[in-house]
Amino acid sequence: MPEEEGQGLHQTRPEGAARTGFVNVQRRITIDPVTRLEGHGKIEIFLDEAGQVERAYFQVPELRGFEKFVQGRPAEDMPQITSRICGVCPTAHHMAATKALDNLYRVDPPPTAKIIRELVYNTFMAEDHTLHFYFLGGPDFVVGPDAPAAERNVLGVIGKVGVETGRKVIAMRRRWRELIALVAGKTVHPVFGLPGGVAKRVTPEMQRQFQEVAADGVEFAKFTLGLFKDVVLKNTDYVDLILSDLYTHRTYYMGLVDDHNRTNFYDGWIRVVTPEGKEWKKFASDQYLDNVAEHVEPWSYVKFCYLKQVGWKGFREGLESGIYSVAPLARLNVSDGMSTPLAQEAYDEYFSVLGGKPVHHTLANHWARLVELIHAAERMQELAADPRLTEPDIRILPTESPREGIGVVEAPRGTLIHHYQTDENGLIRKANLIVATQNNSARMAMSVEKAAKGLISGGDIPEGVLNRVEMAFRAYDPCHGCATHSLPGSMPLLVRVWDPRGQTLGMLRRDLDGKVRRE
Amino acid sequence: MRNRQLIHAPEPHEAFEPRIVAFFCNWCTYLAADLAGTSRMKYAPNVRVIRLMCSGRVDPQFVLDAFAQGADGVLIGGCHPGDCHYQEGNYKALRRYHLLQRVLRQMGIEDDRFRLEWISAAEGDHVRSVINDMVEKVRALGPLQLNGMTEDALEEVAV
Amino acid sequence: MTAKPKVAFYWCSSCGGCEETVVDLAEAILDITEAVEIAFWPVALDYKRDHVDAMPDRSIAATFLNGAIRTEEQKEMARLLRQKSELLVAFGSCSHLGGIPGLANLFDRESVMRTVYLDSPSTANKAGVFPQTHYGDNGRTLSLPAFHNTVRTLDQVVEVDYYVPGCPPTPRILRTAIQTLLGGDRPAVGAVLAPDCALCEECPRKDTKPETLSIPEFKRPQDLLIDEQSCLLTQGLVCMGPATRAGCEASCIQGNMPCTGCGGPTSRVQEQGAKILSCLASLVESKEDAEIDQVLNTIPDPVGTFYRYALAASFLRRKTLPRVQVST
Repeated sequence: MPEEEGQGLHQTRPEGAARTGFVNVQRRITIDPVTRLEGHGKIEIFLDEAGQVERAYFQVPELRGFEKFVQGRPAEDMPQITSRICGVCPTAHHMAATKALDNLYRVDPPPTAKIIRELVYNTFMAEDHTLHFYFLGGPDFVVGPDAPAAERNVLGVIGKVGVETGRKVIAMRRRWRELIALVAGKTVHPVFGLPGGVAKRVTPEMQRQFQEVAADGVEFAKFTLGLFKDVVLKNTDYVDLILSDLYTHRTYYMGLVDDHNRTNFYDGWIRVVTPEGKEWKKFASDQYLDNVAEHVEPWSYVKFCYLKQVGWKGFREGLESGIYSVAPLARLNVSDGMSTPLAQEAYDEYFSVLGGKPVHHTLANHWARLVELIHAAERMQELAADPRLTEPDIRILPTESPREGIGVVEAPRGTLIHHYQTDENGLIRKANLIVATQNNSARMAMSVEKAAKGLISGGDIPEGVLNRVEMAFRAYDPCHGCATHSLPGSMPLLVRVWDPRGQTLGMLRRDLDGKVRRE
Repeated sequence: MRNRQLIHAPEPHEAFEPRIVAFFCNWCTYLAADLAGTSRMKYAPNVRVIRLMCSGRVDPQFVLDAFAQGADGVLIGGCHPGDCHYQEGNYKALRRYHLLQRVLRQMGIEDDRFRLEWISAAEGDHVRSVINDMVEKVRALGPLQLNGMTEDALEEVAV
Repeated sequence: MTAKPKVAFYWCSSCGGCEETVVDLAEAILDITEAVEIAFWPVALDYKRDHVDAMPDRSIAATFLNGAIRTEEQKEMARLLRQKSELLVAFGSCSHLGGIPGLANLFDRESVMRTVYLDSPSTANKAGVFPQTHYGDNGRTLSLPAFHNTVRTLDQVVEVDYYVPGCPPTPRILRTAIQTLLGGDRPAVGAVLAPDCALCEECPRKDTKPETLSIPEFKRPQDLLIDEQSCLLTQGLVCMGPATRAGCEASCIQGNMPCTGCGGPTSRVQEQGAKILSCLASLVESKEDAEIDQVLNTIPDPVGTFYRYALAASFLRRKTLPRVQVST
């Protein structure tokens, strides 16, 4: 294959190296400086002799060891310790841990406590989904996937929607977050969860504030969905992108549903549907070990979840493979509907436009997220209006000896499971944490490989490929803060392409500032 | 920069001599140690004595700092309960000792390395037996290996 | 026209909560961007080593670095950023004190790996596969960074000019810190940029704190219905307030839960855990060994409670390992 100047892999090479066509290269393998770039998600793409992608790996390069260092800690400290797994979704961990404590001490919180918890939780879901749409994943669409990297961020969004709207977004999020702190003490790393209830009462004045913000929240959620429809759905290029096979996987889906099989973020049954959309399993959270297993690969610190009873068949999709997906796309596939009216309308429209259930298009996560945003806002309004919210009975004291407890919630990024075993004094002996994004890790790895295979051929990596590959996994809103320390969506990314001799043909890096660099 | 230099473990061929830091209260234990001295009682020379006005003056930070700087053992000596020159000081020492012992245990430091003794001014003999006993116990445990720790070069202790 | 001073944010082993604080500046960010050129969301500079190397030394006015140091790469970046920054600021509990990831200093890397990849009840790993720092798959080589046994604070690795405390620091603390650093009147190098007094001073329940306190036994939060008005210590709860620096407006106490100490100690204390230990032990009512022991059983995890954020910064730094390791 002849040498080519200009774009592609041959632009940069080690000094003094001969310029030859890559097929017949005989060069020393240079391993690493990649490991210097710790904190970047790493994608390693290997080409075969024909220049096609043979294999692509998405590696998560950090481990902090929470499951180990919580051993010996009092269980009641877990809501505040585990929230440090992620500073973007601390409330999710806090809530899963708190529910695990209920289970551990076998106490059922009084109704007011549950209302308070669910109110705070939906407030959190609303602000977190808003963060993702406007700051993280959404810019891809609102500004456009081919827009320069410098514009593909919240400032570009504000440029597109106008400064006033931009201020509205910032203010709405701030108001939601301030409410969380009002009840939970802090917004980032809340403190209010205790076995059997919550730490603090809600006063009538606090309720009034919740109601005021909740009303604005519903309007804001509607506005956001409207924005999405205007900017994205009316743009056929975007719609084609969403529906393209490159970003489609037919896997199982998992999410929490209430007794009527409707989406619930705070509590419910774990429901799994097949790639064809049929209910496959519905189980209580304490049955998770019979259903969920984790697979280890030597090339990533994150473990890969799969359905135990279907089995691990490798990175494949379909009925025979245990790989499944969570988060908004999955949750809507799994549920029969939404329990609030505007969200139900949005749900119906979503499926109607996308051709029925289940929807397999990963990028539809962005849309599904907005359906959920509306639901979170409506649910917040419902709960804020509940007269029991301000009652004084907010906690039941445990009387039983602790032993084992499991708590499950839907984090913004998917099903989150906390499982603790303690001694009789309530000190953690063992903890098992299946963190939301982990449930998606296998499908994400597949998405990356599929995108790489679809976009790279003949050994050529065009400039836009990095973003397109990244879009594949950014749609999952991966909280690698849960596995790493990177902010979701803005994860620095390194893509390297190797020839069959083990020589790096090129490297693209998207650094923390958003700039793409080629080497 | 809050940093100290490396602790070096003794070479295998060197015999290990424990280094004990002792905090003795001025009114009781220190006088007893003095008495042991003037009575020409022989006891192990491994102890570095620091005189304080009261065992209740022993800040847990002193104990931890001593270990961090290379002590293999720390001893606190105070007045018998009820005899404290400042009434309650030794009770505070007692309570802190218990809690600090638990922390040290969690940090992997053996119980015998940290000791609290009530020794009155007349009990020179008791000082001797406590010190000898502690030195032997710590010798049996070996040097305290603090991993990844930093510490000033070994100085001072005359062993 | 003089260019605005450059301010950078960088992270190591952290959860992202400190970044959220920056975002939570919300509208206030505009005042700050008047005065500085901020790349407030990740970092203003190219992560690539060579490029950073090529920058003039001290060309960044201030770098705010959050997260603890646990890999070789993080240590190197910390050193490089030290070189290129006029001021290096440890931002948040993890870089200040080690933070919650510092609790891993009670264990070692091998036991972390075993627990996560082998002992976990949901992990199906009969083959005993572990992530490798270098792995060959059919001629393809993949690598992952190794991490140290011991988590360290930023100042255990480089000289740090200032500290912004909290887990995370509140937006107000961050705002004030930036204003202080930009203003002409900087505090002495090494200062923590928050009030230098104990949290009790700014606690809304200060007036209910008695002159003397004698504790017959400690309570764990699930053991009682927590009164929303009175000092938490008087209710028998372990509150880190007396040994913790003020500045956060006592947000946890406003949530009706005790302080857990994320702000670290005041300047007059070297080790926060030791001081709260001293304080609480002194308050115990009993005078007898056996009874004292029994009371202390009601604090079942002293290290995890007193050193929750500051273990890496403590005198001992970590639990002793079975074998001797002499490391830098």
